[in-house]
Amino acid sequence: MPGKLKVKIVAGRHLPVMDRASDLTDAFVEVKFGNTTFKTDVYLKSLNPQWNSEWFKFEVDDEDLQDEPLQITVLDHDTYSANDAIGKVYIDIDPLLYSEAATVISGWFPIYDTIHGIRGEINVVVKVDLFNDLNRFRQSSCGVKFFCTTSIPKCYRAVIIHGFVEELVVNEDPEYQWIDRIRTPRASNEARQRLISLMSGELQRKIGLKVLEMRGNAVVGYLQCFDLEGESGLVVRAIGTACTLDKLSSPAAFLPACNSPSKEMKESPLVHPPSHGCRSTHNSPIHTATGSRLTQNFSVSVPTLIYTGMGSGSAGKEGGPFKALLRQQTQSALEQRGGSPHRFCRRREFPFFTLTAFPPGFLVHVGGVVSARSVKLLDRIHNPAFVGIMGNTRSYKLLDWNSFNSDEPETRDAWWAEIRQEIKSHAKALGCHAVVGYSESTSICEEVCILSASGTAAVLNPRFLQDGTMEGCLEQRLEENLPAGCGFCHIPYDELNMPFPAHLTYCCNCRKQKVPDVLFTTIDLPTDAIVIGKGCLIQARLCRLKKKAQAEANATAISNLLPFMEYEVHTQLMNKLKLKGMNALFGLRIQITVGENMLMGLASATGVYLAALPTPGGIQIAGKTPNDGSYEQHISHMQKKINDTIAKNKELYEINPPEIAEEIIGSPIPEPRQRSRLLRSQSESSDEVMELDLSHGKKDAFVLEIDDTDAMEDVHSLLTDVPPPSGFYSCNTEIMPGINNWTSEIQMFTSVRVIRLSSLNLTNQALNKNFNDLCENLLKSLYFKLRSMIPCCLCHVNFTVSLPEDELIQVTVTAVAITFDKNQALQTTKPHVEKSLQRASTDNEELLQFPLELCSDSLPSHPFPPAKEHLESASSNSGIPAAQRAVTVEKASPMGEGNFRNRSAPPCANSTVGVVKMTPLSFIPGAKITKYLGIINMFFIRETTSLREEGGVSGFLHAFIAEVFAMVRAHVAALGGNAVVSYIMKQCVFMENPNKNQAQCLINVSGDAVIFVRESELEVVSAQQPTANCQPLCTGGEVTT
Amino acid sequence: MTSELDIFVGNTTLIDEDVYRLWLDGYSVSDAVALRVRSGILEQTGATAAVLQSDTMDHYRTFHMLERLLHAPPKLLHQLIFQIPPSRQALLIERYYAFDEAFVREVLGKKLSKGTKKDLDDISTKTGITLKSCRRQFDNFKRVFKVVEEMRGSLVDNIQQHFLLSDRLARDYAAIVFFANNRFETGKKKLQYLSFGDFAFCAELMIQNWTLGAIGEAPTDPDSQVDDMDVDLDKEFLQDLKELKVLVADKDLLDLHKSLVCTALRGKLSVFSEMEANFKNLSRGLVNVAAKLTHNKDVRDLFVDLVEKFVEPCRSDHWPLNDVRLFLNQYSASVHSLDGFRHPTLWDRYMGTLRGCLLRLYHD
Repeated sequence: MPGKLKVKIVAGRHLPVMDRASDLTDAFVEVKFGNTTFKTDVYLKSLNPQWNSEWFKFEVDDEDLQDEPLQITVLDHDTYSANDAIGKVYIDIDPLLYSEAATVISGWFPIYDTIHGIRGEINVVVKVDLFNDLNRFRQSSCGVKFFCTTSIPKCYRAVIIHGFVEELVVNEDPEYQWIDRIRTPRASNEARQRLISLMSGELQRKIGLKVLEMRGNAVVGYLQCFDLEGESGLVVRAIGTACTLDKLSSPAAFLPACNSPSKEMKESPLVHPPSHGCRSTHNSPIHTATGSRLTQNFSVSVPTLIYTGMGSGSAGKEGGPFKALLRQQTQSALEQRGGSPHRFCRRREFPFFTLTAFPPGFLVHVGGVVSARSVKLLDRIHNPAFVGIMGNTRSYKLLDWNSFNSDEPETRDAWWAEIRQEIKSHAKALGCHAVVGYSESTSICEEVCILSASGTAAVLNPRFLQDGTMEGCLEQRLEENLPAGCGFCHIPYDELNMPFPAHLTYCCNCRKQKVPDVLFTTIDLPTDAIVIGKGCLIQARLCRLKKKAQAEANATAISNLLPFMEYEVHTQLMNKLKLKGMNALFGLRIQITVGENMLMGLASATGVYLAALPTPGGIQIAGKTPNDGSYEQHISHMQKKINDTIAKNKELYEINPPEIAEEIIGSPIPEPRQRSRLLRSQSESSDEVMELDLSHGKKDAFVLEIDDTDAMEDVHSLLTDVPPPSGFYSCNTEIMPGINNWTSEIQMFTSVRVIRLSSLNLTNQALNKNFNDLCENLLKSLYFKLRSMIPCCLCHVNFTVSLPEDELIQVTVTAVAITFDKNQALQTTKPHVEKSLQRASTDNEELLQFPLELCSDSLPSHPFPPAKEHLESASSNSGIPAAQRAVTVEKASPMGEGNFRNRSAPPCANSTVGVVKMTPLSFIPGAKITKYLGIINMFFIRETTSLREEGGVSGFLHAFIAEVFAMVRAHVAALGGNAVVSYIMKQCVFMENPNKNQAQCLINVSGDAVIFVRESELEVVSAQQPTANCQPLCTGGEVTT
Repeated sequence: MTSELDIFVGNTTLIDEDVYRLWLDGYSVSDAVALRVRSGILEQTGATAAVLQSDTMDHYRTFHMLERLLHAPPKLLHQLIFQIPPSRQALLIERYYAFDEAFVREVLGKKLSKGTKKDLDDISTKTGITLKSCRRQFDNFKRVFKVVEEMRGSLVDNIQQHFLLSDRLARDYAAIVFFANNRFETGKKKLQYLSFGDFAFCAELMIQNWTLGAIGEAPTDPDSQVDDMDVDLDKEFLQDLKELKVLVADKDLLDLHKSLVCTALRGKLSVFSEMEANFKNLSRGLVNVAAKLTHNKDVRDLFVDLVEKFVEPCRSDHWPLNDVRLFLNQYSASVHSLDGFRHPTLWDRYMGTLRGCLLRLYHD
């Protein structure tokens, strides 16, 4: 299955000086693919060589095309000694292998060296000629598209969502091979980078094969991770959701639906755009009429624990039969696929979806969070076939792509299968047949590894899981009432046979079905959910000291600690949620990190007030010694403080739900405790099976008992969480409920902090405080740095904790700050009016550019960008000459490249470097994604032996991350794109040895390269060709303007 | 708990203009933090000192990384590491190359050599500008000088092209380069009342009229470009200036010149009698300055001479500026009516520029 890869090396620029004598460089380039290498001529004595080479042609199998990266090495020719390497560029040519993505890769790539960083740039053109059409690719998997985005990509329509695909490959880590002792750090790093690139290519190809077997054509929510297991090897694993996607042919028709999710949000639930590319909610009554309900739930497997609400409702089980029917159908839908001719045994087992946002009508009910953890001891991955070859007594599993395929990596696969099985059974216990928002992660310290998986148990609409054969009957029977955006809150399990004690009430929205009092999920807020007020980032942070131990003892110690951590994390989340006056968590992600002498837990989620769920009760404080007068006074003082905080938060987040008459809701009837059933975990890696009931008894309000200093501290820590400064909001979901008028000003950033703990007298409390301060200070710093973007929201805030050494804690945060328009943010009703207003303001924004430059004072009443001039610098600007001040004002914002085109025309206005936006979100505010160009998945290593000279650890890592961004941007630009969406920094492993003046860092990032078009530009087009479909949305704004 | 590592990297590089200013002014991180605290930023934003410290460190690190690129501004445009909107790039460059009036007055006309660099300590103490900032400014002067020194074509254009500066700043740099190249003395006590702007104004006039580039303005063939240099004074022209001596050496010519000027200005000057009394001295002064310009040493003293021979005498007689203007106009124009004088073009090239300079130099 040959294809022809063609590469042309055009030129280089800004090369480093390699010859001290002449201050110049004699550069040439080696182009390598597979085992074939070509060279350009040597371009003598220049830092800006013009090679203008011929087309180098590689004739290769498409399997190789998928696995191998194109490797470009720039060298300095030396007549007398060995040629010196300047640096390398790895280009993943996968995006060229499917027809809808990029057709050519062409542009300037930074030349990267693992020791020196970026050293100049090289201009390369890459093309692929595939000899046959797409059908042929079935043997390899060239035609399958990959998306990191965890929702259906914007310009596609999901025909069928097939389900879970996973794969992993293992290899020996080159860093730990015997040869590493004799080769240079550069050679070792490059071997590692190349190996991981190969492994990801292979992994992707294998996943693609599975997708083809399922008759899908795409993987959405593709998440690939590396486990650096050290001595025992390197694991590259990936999960994703196989889909059959249809490209939406008419962009105009789809315009309303994909403007930006934030806008869709606002329209729901009252107004549904009539012309979704996907099927609209209106035709899917399933999620309305069944009597299904859910409670918030939370389960874990080593140990297993389930969180539940309290008490239980009293009403009958009106929805029973329907529910059963629905469940049956979903299941049969899921199972039917198993019976398809292209049977693939493993995938049927796990009805998991890595998606976090769904087409309308897909998600019927949500059951709660299910999670499982397992502590494993890493062992060498056994593969006897290689013992001899390695010339080493240790035996490794090694996959060799060129010569032969070795066995499946059994152990790691089995471990994950075990965990997934457990997740599945938890979901079942919640009356759900599917898990959505599913993700997997590991934490490794020496030879101990914690495997974690979590997701949200859910009932799905079977229609999307197969070709819609059974829509008819269900729709007819369930059509009578459409709940406006509360259906997913209704419990999916049988009320009388609840898996755990729960406090159920009638849905505050439709008053027909039962809902739990609190709901935790790992998914994004469904677009049709009715939310009151705004949301906020809620974090639970926890540390636990652990004795240093070896092997089994260590694993046991860890698994003993885990249930307590889970419990406490959960309690913290619950308390903080109540303190905010909210009743649901979305995007919940709990990360447990293991270190030599401690365990860290960090849970992040976005709290919201769901209109369907009951108003949360307050927090009550109870003392153990009620007779002591002063103590009671203290308690009541605390109580007052808490109540004040809740009231303040309600105001801050604009939570003022309509009053609901008590009798309608029905008072909860306490259930006997014995009824709470616990889920059994089925696979235990280490000793204990333990189950926890997190239900806190049957108290009406949440009661905190203050009986010791620990509890006191809990209360204090509750109260010390400082809310973000005014004008700032934050969430870890894609979008912030309650804010719908984003401007196009976005700023993605990564911030890393490492603190060293003083090793003396470390207690859990001191540790907790340190960790808490670390996170809080980090957030404060972010708010301060981004103050010029106010009013603004930090979206998709993603914290990662690692414990690189004994006394070091590293926290990495990636997020995007988006400015919104404050004046309109306040209006949450009348979506149509608001919509048109918003359109109007986008237009204004364009119009106002010019006046803005002229007036140097910020006008508070200005509808668009008070943020831009909002600087404390106003006063200190006085020293600037007037000519410069004009520039100053105009560019006071840290962003602004989008709207301000080169006006002040200094000579540098005609920069040749195009702007590439990066965002962890799946969309770009104020813009429409017109094309997906392929997945970006890059792995870099940077090492230094002159740490002090490079500005210490901060200087080193700062430069490296900036370089990583630059390389991502360059690749996207070379594909013809102007943005990366769903960007994620999956790994940032930093190691230092200050005594040796050395440091090393590994970074792995991924995302989807896209082309976007500004809506303002798009509107011109759509106005010219009016489409009936988009009228309710598009025209409104233009008319009012 | 100590912070080992603390960084923030944005996809678009964050530039805080205030911190940039502090960095350019050469303050250490701790001084910068203290200054920011004093500006009341903590109260405005509710931030803590630790946050400010971390923020300042971050910006300083960014600036440090950018500095290498700022040394060759076109590199800043084409580099891929920092994504900075074009107008922000322009601001970075413009501010980096901006200089302090007090500093430039100290080094204007001095050789941009290591020797001068060693004096930066004293300049720093004298002007109150931090040594770091002095070094940056000095290095900027020197860098620009080195790049454009040997270049042909318009000095301002060359500077703009290689350093991407605004027109205003490029002109200032042209003056600095011109002064450094010709080593004009500007530091004498007599000259202290003059600002950099005064000198820059004069430099511009001189570049326009007295350099090789000035006559090459209408380049007939491309080969003539060889001589189109803005940095060096036209040696031939300076040589020719000796011919003007006749204006004061020939007594008749001098008297005639005087009478022409006096006739024309009678009743128009408030200081007519003083002018009449001083005419010969003033004229001698101006013409002798011209005649001496063949010697490098005297070229350097041009401004000292102008102030001594013309500005000071007029000032001591309290000439109003307008009278000076009237006098100089008449003084220059009357020469054309002198029958015995054979170098009117040369005179205009000399006096046209000198008149502009003197008017600018004539203030308190």
